[in-house]
Order: sequence, then structure tokens, then C-alpha cells
Amino acid sequence: MAIPVEMPKMSDTMDEGVLVAWLVDEGASIAPGDVIAQVETDKATMDLESYDDGVLLKKVVGEGDSVPIGGLIAVLGSEGEDISDLLAKYENGAGKSEQKEAERGTGSSSGGDDQAIAEPSGDGVDASLAEPEVIPAGDGQTKSSPLARKLAREHGLDIGRLRGSGPEGRVIKRDVEAAIGDAPAEASPARRADPRPAVPPRREPEAPLTPAVEFGPDKPDDVVRISQMRKTVARRLAESKFTAPHFYLTIDVDMSASIEARNEVNALAERQGQGKISFNDFVTKAVASALRYHPQVNASYNGDDGVIAYHKQAHVAVAVAVEEGLMTPVIRNADGKGLLQIASETRTLADRARNKQLQPEEYQGSTFTTSNLGMFGIQEFTAIINPPNACILAIGGIRDAPVVRDGAVVPGKMMKLTLSCDHRVVDGAIGAAFLDTVRRHLEQPATMLL
Amino acid sequence: MATLQFREAIRAAMVEEMERDDRIFLIGEEVAQYNGAYKVSEGMLDRFGEKRVIDTPISESGFSGLGVGAAMSGLRPIVEFMTFNFSFVAIDQLINNAAKIRYMSGGQFGVPIVFRGPNGAAGQLAATHNTSTESIYATIPGLKVVSPSNPDDAKGLLKSAIRDDDPVIFLESEVMYGMKGEVSDADDYTIPIGKARIAREGSDVTIVAHGRSYWLGLETADKLEKDGFSAEVIDPRTIRPFDIDTVLTSIRKTNRCVIIDESNPFASISSEVAYQIQERAFDFLDSPVLRITARDTPAPYAKNLMDYYMPQVKDAYDACRKVMYVN
Amino acid sequence: MPKRSKSNGEAADGRESDAAVEIVPFSDEELSHDSLGLSRDQIIGMYRSMMLQRRFEERAAQMYGKQKIAGFLHLYIGQEAVSTGSAEAIRIGEDSVITAYRDHGIGLALGMEPNACMAELFGRQDGCSRGKGGSMHYFSKDLRLFGGHGIVGSHIPIGTGIAFAHKYKEDGGVCLCFLGDGAVGQGAFHEAVNLASLYDLPIVYIIENNQYAMGTSVSRAFAETDFYKQADGYDMHGAVANGMDVFDVYRAMTEHVEMARNFQPSILEVRTYRYRGHSMSDPGNYRTKEELDSRKDDDPIIRLKAYIIERDLATNDELDVVDEEVKKVVLDSVSYSDENPFPELEEIYENVYAQEDYPFLN
Repeated sequence: MAIPVEMPKMSDTMDEGVLVAWLVDEGASIAPGDVIAQVETDKATMDLESYDDGVLLKKVVGEGDSVPIGGLIAVLGSEGEDISDLLAKYENGAGKSEQKEAERGTGSSSGGDDQAIAEPSGDGVDASLAEPEVIPAGDGQTKSSPLARKLAREHGLDIGRLRGSGPEGRVIKRDVEAAIGDAPAEASPARRADPRPAVPPRREPEAPLTPAVEFGPDKPDDVVRISQMRKTVARRLAESKFTAPHFYLTIDVDMSASIEARNEVNALAERQGQGKISFNDFVTKAVASALRYHPQVNASYNGDDGVIAYHKQAHVAVAVAVEEGLMTPVIRNADGKGLLQIASETRTLADRARNKQLQPEEYQGSTFTTSNLGMFGIQEFTAIINPPNACILAIGGIRDAPVVRDGAVVPGKMMKLTLSCDHRVVDGAIGAAFLDTVRRHLEQPATMLL
Repeated sequence: MATLQFREAIRAAMVEEMERDDRIFLIGEEVAQYNGAYKVSEGMLDRFGEKRVIDTPISESGFSGLGVGAAMSGLRPIVEFMTFNFSFVAIDQLINNAAKIRYMSGGQFGVPIVFRGPNGAAGQLAATHNTSTESIYATIPGLKVVSPSNPDDAKGLLKSAIRDDDPVIFLESEVMYGMKGEVSDADDYTIPIGKARIAREGSDVTIVAHGRSYWLGLETADKLEKDGFSAEVIDPRTIRPFDIDTVLTSIRKTNRCVIIDESNPFASISSEVAYQIQERAFDFLDSPVLRITARDTPAPYAKNLMDYYMPQVKDAYDACRKVMYVN
Repeated sequence: MPKRSKSNGEAADGRESDAAVEIVPFSDEELSHDSLGLSRDQIIGMYRSMMLQRRFEERAAQMYGKQKIAGFLHLYIGQEAVSTGSAEAIRIGEDSVITAYRDHGIGLALGMEPNACMAELFGRQDGCSRGKGGSMHYFSKDLRLFGGHGIVGSHIPIGTGIAFAHKYKEDGGVCLCFLGDGAVGQGAFHEAVNLASLYDLPIVYIIENNQYAMGTSVSRAFAETDFYKQADGYDMHGAVANGMDVFDVYRAMTEHVEMARNFQPSILEVRTYRYRGHSMSDPGNYRTKEELDSRKDDDPIIRLKAYIIERDLATNDELDVVDEEVKKVVLDSVSYSDENPFPELEEIYENVYAQEDYPFLN
């Protein structure tokens, strides 16, 4: 039976070894313990001993060759044995696979941070404060104790409007209690429906009269090495932008029906102790469902092989901002999953992305990508296609806008979607039809049930 | 109830347990013929004989390891350190062996041992004789750390520690050995390890203080009472595992907390407790958690410097007023 | 009296040559298995045991190169006579044994299961320490092996304590406490030995002098390199034996175990040699190839095999059968370990405490 002789790990910092000398010839009989070659590692030149017996059938590498750990050096066996299968196995990367796995495991994941996943606005703030509040730095910030904030929230008081009697103007429990005791003047209405991100209103400071300021010489720049992730993002997106002929389609979506549907499902979810569903999850579902109706959009361009692959599954990637840049965890088979599952998976994967825990199978293999900057107040934007997808959907924020209903102008909740398409795969009419279906799903959520 | 000195309560615990279980023995410097450097083991040699009350040479590493080996073999040793300052010569045996052998043997061998002795500041004894070792041992998974503040707790907790199948670091205090207190004379009196005691109920501020600092806590509460404030005083009694739930329940009521910890400040028990409080009772805090500790220096010698070094009632009182926003 | 002999050439990295340690036998008599009271079966059993240790360690080395084993791996190759001769001299399961981190040899010699031993190296759930100890922490409650310890010298006071317990319980057991030459530098050794002598404990301290503590030869580390003389400082009996000869080891051990049973602790220095580096990452620059090669002539297994053949206790073919059987046992342990799953994540909380409901923070 053919026995492979692999490059062993001979020091804890060794990645590969150089075979500096063969000490036996092909055809020689080898016993366990025989030194068959000399290998140079990063620390020293060591003897390579055989652990098995057999005839040295083939020297796979020559003197001076560098071999990674696990790579094939030689084959032992019985005289005249056919070892082509064994050689083929190593040719295809077996033996090195363990080393590759070790490398991939430490991959190029970068630092996580506390930015929330790109969710459209409108989630509001709930009492348990799962996401950190966005507290602007600088003047006008209200200092308050956690307890005071909680009490203020519970009583619908705007803490930014309370006087603080604690140190440095800190609003403390007794201040809130005093305010509660007074007439409930302008308790701000439930801010939960407020689509803008929860930012405590600034107290306008009085503009101080400042004298003109002299600036000294420039401080030196912070020069930061380009990280692996940034390099990868740069390369892929540059390639995408310059290779795929992008065109863009924008549509405005009336979100009132989705808002109502979301409130309903979240009430149910809360009663059952499940996590909340966000608007982004709605869009993920709408997109996945629409891909079923428009299979020509669910495709990948492969110019090298001269083919376009039309996928049978809808694996929707959701862009997540992480400290080092951008990651796109994939919700696999999103068309077959319910909103709860999409919401839960998206949450989990976004966390993992931020904590640099995403495995390759979790961020590869998408057939479509979405990106949401609504939480920053962006109304619309154009995104760069995430290769090898054919399209990417850019989601803006839900904004108050006047709409015409039954001949009258009424306040409505609108959201702009911009679809970037690769013209090599998707034509204008096809892209437009897909986008229109997405809109229909969001404006008539029941159609997503089909 | 009997009135016992702290040292007598500890002795009573050891004696009762040794009479109950002949696997238990006491070993350390001067514990037998000298009757104990601090007279904790007075009379025990006469009662139990040389086999079970054993004097050692000055070999902390040697006799601590001996205790570990004996415990692994099924005995239940009580190892006395003349003070825990000297435990550092043996720290390998406590931290690498006693704490971890159960784990590394996959559960085949346990180490049911008690290391006990005085800990912390003891007057003008200078820097190497005043170290508080709580956080050094409390950070090690596999150990339990107990710090009683009064004779009754000392007796009940030491009995539990001796019966516990895990290694226990039992921290006493030289300065408290003569303190008298009521001790339950219930038959077989034990106090569970890992449960704090609410020594005094109150609603305006929570004071957490263990060991000797507990008495500072009580004094602080007395002072506050004169001003019309009621402090809730909690004695953790066990450092590891720490009964944070009792503290959190209190803070949900009072919304403020001051921790008194005789150790040096950085990475002390007060650091850990403050972290756990802000993690789990964040929304109930009306002010930051404050702590009163020894100074961030080695212990000095001169009397005035030692007084300046140690936590004082005044500091704790001021801190309480600060967290209540009372000038 | 053995003298320190002078250098045998320059060390590989050009340092001033180190004095070699002279191997001195315990017994001046010509030893035979009959004179030692060992049966033919026992001799074959000892041969098998040494072969098992040798093959196990070689295979472990290979598995380390394939990254199935990680961390530290300290091989016992060359020292098998010490573990085997000692195991033969005690009542396994009644007497106690404790050693440092080069523990595979004594573990297997006492009778630990090769499957569980290899699985522990692979870090699998059915390893002898449930994947929570690794190479340096072999324990067996049934065989009374108290570890497997990673901190040099740290286990020696524990050995004293185990002997203390034997005396306290009056169960007639003794403790064998193995330690390396390097450990004699630790204060813990001296404290432990002093206590044992002071308290008249049933213990034998076996100093496995393989002449190098990691990369430092004994002559560079110790003012007194005849370690058995340490006994004089503690009013104990001290002796030296040839660790490359399993009969000499056995002879010495039986005598010292008898002393221990009579509450006379002692120090037995066994001079041996390890054929591999201190551990897997040791490039071995501190000894020359010539020195290593010359020591290979003393291989304890070859020596025992020659004795067996010479005395017609077995034929070459019969010994080959033993070799093949041992080889298979070791290969089986590798496939067993490969197939054994990694421990469940929850295992991380098991056996930190005896207390079942300990409230871990995270």
C-alpha cells in the first residue's frame, strides 16, 4: 500500500521546509527510523526520518525545493506499485488542505465595532435599549444618570429639556421626579413612530463670541497601512465598477402598508419572546420573493467561461458596516424563509461580522446583495455591484413626504430603492420589472405570502 | 449563643470538624507546640496529638504542596499560613496545583483543602506584611475565596469550607482575632459559601464591604443615620463566588453604591464588583459606583502614613454623601 | 565514587564543551532475571512495555508533525528502562506514582490505555483527561498515577503529601516521585525532601538524570552534579543506578521501595539519556551528533532484546510478533483518536469545581 511521506511541522513557527538533500535513492528499502533526507526549517536543518517501511518509490520533490507543511515529499510502497492515484490526490491539494484551512481560519476578518447593522430608520427606541443610543459629542450634550434617563423615558419626558442639579449639570433622579410632579407640559409623543434615528434633541447653545484663532503648523497625518480587508474590498469593487457596465433604476415606495404589517408582526413576536423584525428584513424578504418572479436578475456573469449562470436559489447578502470596512453576510434561501428567521439570522450574522467571526461559507455564495444607508438619513444612493452578482439594491431611509391619495395631498412614508444592474446580464426592462415587483411586495405585503 | 473571640470561633470550627472527620488535619508553622502564632490553634495539639496537628519548618511551598498531595489522596488538610503574605512563596501550589488539578485530570482527582490565615493590613508592619491577597486568588477559576468579618460568620464559614470538596482560600485578619462576638451554638452550625448577608437594611445608599472593611461600613452607616440617611450595608462574606444578586437587589432599591475594600485599588475586588453592578444594574444607577480602598502604594510604616494609607470612615462617609448628591 | 569525566568534544553550537555524565550501575553484580526473581513472562512483558512506549512516542512525534497534536510534547524515547523497571517494582494500584511532564512512559508502563492516551494528545473527548490536560497531564485514579505536571518541581511537594497520606492512613503504600535533573534546582525539591525526611515518609524520589534540563547540561546548572548526594543534606539514603539497564533499575527500585515501606525516604538518581530533544521545538544544538550516536549504543530496548535472545527466553520471531502487536496497538490508537470527537463545548465547565451548580460568570 502506498504510503505518503509528508513535510512535517518541525518547529512551532515553521510554515514550510526546504528539502536541502536527499540521502537515499529511489528503489532503496526504507525502515522506520531511517533518515531519508535533510530539511531546512526556519530554525535549523533537521533530519527527516521515515516512520514506516517500504521501498522509496518516488522522490516527489527535488533538492532545493520548498514544501509547505503537509505537502508530499516522497512515496513509499511495494516495488512496482501504481501510485498515480496517490499522486493525483496530492496534486489536487489534499494534504495541503489542512494547512489551507488553518490559513483561512485566521483569514482577513477585521475588527468589529458598535455600528448597528444598516437598518432603515423607524425602529425607534424601546425601553430595554438593545442598541446603543447615538449620542452626539460636543456642546449641547445632556448629562444624565442612567436611572434618570430610564425614568424620563418611562414618563415620556424629554430629558434634554430638564435642568440637572447633579455635578456638571447632570440630570439625576430627583430632577426627573420633580419634572414628573409638575404638569406634564410637553411630554413628547411616542417617539417610537418617529422614523429618524433616536437622537436626543440638542439644546441650542448660545453662540459665544470667540476671538479669531491662530493656527500653527499642520500636525502630521496618521498614516495607516491598508488592511487586508480594505485591499480586498478595494480590489473587488474597483474591478466590479470598471468591468461591469452599471446602470441605475430608482423607484419610490409607499411604506405605509409595510409599517402597519411590521407593527403587527412585531407585536406578535414580542408576545412570543422573539426578536424584532426590522424594515431591512422586510426588504430582504421582498427582494428574495421578487427574485423568484424575475430569475433573469438572479444571475452571475462569468466572462472567462463565456457563460451567465442563472441561480435556482435566492441567497441574499446584506451589507454590514464593520470597523475595518464592509462585509456581506448571506441569508441563504431567503425566499423560503419567514420574516422571523430572516431577522434572527441577519442579527446573528451581523454580530459575527462585527466580531470578526464570519466563516467563508457565511459571506460567500450570494446571488443578490442589498445595502441600507437609511439609518444615516440617506434618501437614495447608488451602490457598486458585489461581484459576481448581477445587481445590488441600495435602500434609502423612510422619510415623511407628501403623497397624493384619492386626489388629496396627505403625509405619507416613502422609501427610495435604487437598483444597480450589470448591463451584460440584465437589461433595463428586466431590471425595471424586478424593481417594480419589489415595490409591489412592500406596498402590498400580502403578496409576499405567495 | 456564646460570646467568642474571632480566633476562638475559628478554633471551634476546626475542632468540631476534626472530631467529626478523622481525615482532617492541621499543618503549618507553629500550629502545634507553640499553640499557634496567633493562638488560633491553642490546645489543639493536646487534644488531637502529633499525627493531626503538625508543625512544619519554614517551607510554605513544601507544606502547601504536601497538603495538595494529601488532599488528592483523600485526606482533608487545613493548611495554615502564618500570614497570607507568606503564601506567595507557595503560590505555585495554590494557583497551579490546588486550583487546577481537578480540571486537568478530567475530574479524577479533587483537592478538598483549606488554606487559611490572616490577610491584609495589620498595623505598622511595613509593606511586605500588609498585602491584601483577595483579588490575586479570586481571579483563579478552581479556587473559592472566603472572607468573614465576624466570629459567627468565621465559625459557620470555616466549617463549610472544610466540608467543601473544592480548594478554599479562607482569609482571616490578625487585627480581628481578638474581636468578640456572639456565635451561634447550634449543633453543627454552618453558613453556606457564596451567600452575602444584609447586615443592615436601608434605602438611600448601598454599602458593600468585606472582612475588616465591614466594620468601616457599619460605622459609615451609623454616621449617615445621624444625618438622616439610611444606608444598606451588605457583607459579601464570600469573595468567590461573589453573591452579586444580593447587591443588585439592593441597588435597585437605593440606586447608589459605595464599596469599601481594604486592598490596593487596581484590579481589586471593588473593581470587579463595580463592573458587575454597572453591567447588570446600569439603568438603576443614579450616580457612578464609588469605592474606598487603600492607597495605590505599598503600605508604609509611620503611623500617620499608615492612617493615610488605609480606608477611613470619613472617606466612606464622604463618598456616600457624594453619590446621594448631598453636599 | 563516580568522577566527572571531561569533555567529549565541542557542542554543536560551538559552546565550551560540557562534561558528560558517567553512567554508574547500582549493582556491581551481574544481574540476571533469575537473580532478580523475575519470571520469563515478566521479562517478555517488560520488553513489550518498553516497545509500546517507544512506538507510542515515535508515532506521537509523527502526529505532532501532522499537527494532530499541538502544544508541548515531551518524548520519553531512550528512558524506557526507568519507567518499566520502576513499574515492575511496585504494587500498581496500591502504591502511588507522580511525575513531571515527560509522563507518557510511566503512564503506559503502569497500564494506561493507549487509546485514551493518544486521544488525550489529540485533545479529544475520550482522552484520559477528557481533552482538558494534554500531553503534560496524564492522570489515572485507578492506577494511582497522580499526574503529569507542567511546572518544573511543582509536583515534588505533592509527592511528599501523597506519601504523608499513605502514612496517615496506615495503608502500607509508598509513593514514587519522579523528577528530572533540572528540578533539583527548584526550592520546592529541597523543601519537599526535607519534609519527607523530617516526617519519615514512605517515598522514593527518583531523579531521572538525562543530563540536560532542556538545553542546559547538568554541569552548567549545578555546583554538585552527583545528585544522589543531595540525600546527605537531608539525612536520607542516596544511591545512583544505570537508567539504560532495566535490570539495574529494577534492582535499585526494589531496594528503595522496601526502604520506603519501612518509612525510610530516599533519593535514587537514575542516569539515563533521552534520544530526542527536550520537546518538539528543541533543535538540540546543545549536544553533538557524535554524543547522541554514541549513546544510542546504550539503547535499553536493544539491550534487553539481546539478553532475551542470548538467554533463549524467546526467539527473534517471537519478539517480532510482540513488535507487530505493539505496532498495531499504536496505529489503532491513532485511528481511534482521529475518529474520536472533540469535546462538547459544555465540557469547558466540567470539573472546574466539585460543586455542580457553580455560577460561572461566562
